[in-house]
Amino acid sequence: MKADTNEQALLKGLALNDSKAIETIYRDNFSMVQAFILQNNGSYDDARDIFQEAMIALYEKAQTESFVLTCQIKTYVYSICRRLWLKRLQQLGRYANRVDSLEETVPVEEDLEIHEKRNAEFAIMDRALNSLGEPCKSLLEGYYLKKMGMQELAAEFGYTNADNAKNQKYKCLMRLKKLFFSQYNIGD
Amino acid sequence: MDDILLLEAIERYLHGDMEAAERDYFENLRKNTPEIDQMVVEHGMFLHQMDIYALHRNLRASLQASHAKLLERGDINEGGELTTKGKVIQLWNKYKRVTAIAASVGGVIALVISGLAIYFSPVVNGNQIEQLSKAIEVIKKNQQYQGNLINEVKSKIPENARLISGGSGFLIDPKGYIITNAHVLKGSGAVVVNSKGQEFNAIIAHIDTDRDLAIIKINDQEYTPQKSLPYTIRKNSSELGEEIFTLGYPRNDIVYGEGYLSARTGYNSDSLTYQVQISANPGNSGGPVFNSNGEVIGILSTRQAEAEGVAFAVKSKNIYRMVDELKATDTNVAKIKLPTRSTLKGVNRKQQITRLEESVFYVKAFKK
Repeated sequence: MKADTNEQALLKGLALNDSKAIETIYRDNFSMVQAFILQNNGSYDDARDIFQEAMIALYEKAQTESFVLTCQIKTYVYSICRRLWLKRLQQLGRYANRVDSLEETVPVEEDLEIHEKRNAEFAIMDRALNSLGEPCKSLLEGYYLKKMGMQELAAEFGYTNADNAKNQKYKCLMRLKKLFFSQYNIGD
Repeated sequence: MDDILLLEAIERYLHGDMEAAERDYFENLRKNTPEIDQMVVEHGMFLHQMDIYALHRNLRASLQASHAKLLERGDINEGGELTTKGKVIQLWNKYKRVTAIAASVGGVIALVISGLAIYFSPVVNGNQIEQLSKAIEVIKKNQQYQGNLINEVKSKIPENARLISGGSGFLIDPKGYIITNAHVLKGSGAVVVNSKGQEFNAIIAHIDTDRDLAIIKINDQEYTPQKSLPYTIRKNSSELGEEIFTLGYPRNDIVYGEGYLSARTGYNSDSLTYQVQISANPGNSGGPVFNSNGEVIGILSTRQAEAEGVAFAVKSKNIYRMVDELKATDTNVAKIKLPTRSTLKGVNRKQQITRLEESVFYVKAFKK
């Protein structure tokens, strides 16, 4: 029972982006995933990518309100990584040995679908932001991501007053939205 | 400027920063102006995307930070230098190329050799079809093993002879005529062993490689013929789905297996054989395939290598054809009288097997 409550606490920590929780989950599970990926034609970098993807998927799951993890974190992470890696191998056209280890796995298809959608959205936003150029990028990041005030931003970016900054921010935002919505399908 | 104000209003509205009165006013505006309503919806979604983006970006950063930290502490490693394991990996990294070259040279040589071997070896359709006669070495080992264990039981195989294959066979005439597969009899002579382990000398009476059938005759004074055989041999074809069973010697003991008739023709639509679904192993070759009435419907001969449980049996009517052809030419074989009466119909399986057992033999072929 104790292990269960412990895991619940870890997941709660992960949902809040708590570095202690992240480190603990990372430390307890990374080596297993690394071993699996190295055994199956992967590199250290692949292992890191895949594991971090799985952590993000776990984070997404931990954030949903209806969240219930019906198995151990270990099993879940392993299942996600396994699925992701086999898929990646397939895409690369690399041959998978299909080392079917005896680790237990759980079905994760649905979660992965959601995760992939999120990933795609992330990539669209990332691309849009990065193609904005400075100072737009930093200005918008400051306002929307770091939640800085308009006054603060005006000072940092050397605008004479907050209104000027607001003006600039508006122009930047319109460009960003245009870039974002040109790739993002609302219907989906 | 209006647009800027409008957007600001939308953001404040979405964040819930509006006073009640302003809020009511704005909501009213939203209701009456579809354009504004759409802007609110769109911007709300966009802000939501931004929030998710921010969270994910922070998470990614924390993950990278954790990775670096754990790596530094040595809790995880990526072939780092801190542990002894790291050295091995370093060595590996250093000599990776050499190893790769060596391995590929080895690989090429292996390919060339196997290529040559395939090129020079006689072409048999062996990959897809496996004959079910047993490999020599295995039997030889068993033989030696038994020989060591029980010295008093002397094998009837001549001392200077070498066992080359093994299979199964069954009586078609109680006088000692046994039918088996031609491919079982690869050598120059044969002995047969009954289910109790008694060995009898035998002579090869006839080999028909086209039908893959052969007749051997027990030629041994210790053999006491049964009065009559309990089963008959079916003249007509059998039907799909018919329940079947077999007795044979994939090992030194008699082994029972059951299945069903799965196709009216054999491998590559061979009309001489049936396809049967049964677990067949090397050593089952030449064994009888019975239907549930205890009639012989075929002789188990080959199996498909790449498919599980798919085996082929020579149709029983070929026994009649072969014996008829032989009678015309060979006076020895003219004495063969194929069984005509079955006493196994309606008898339960265990009793059928008990009565059948003594008619099924382990055939060992040897070469002098």
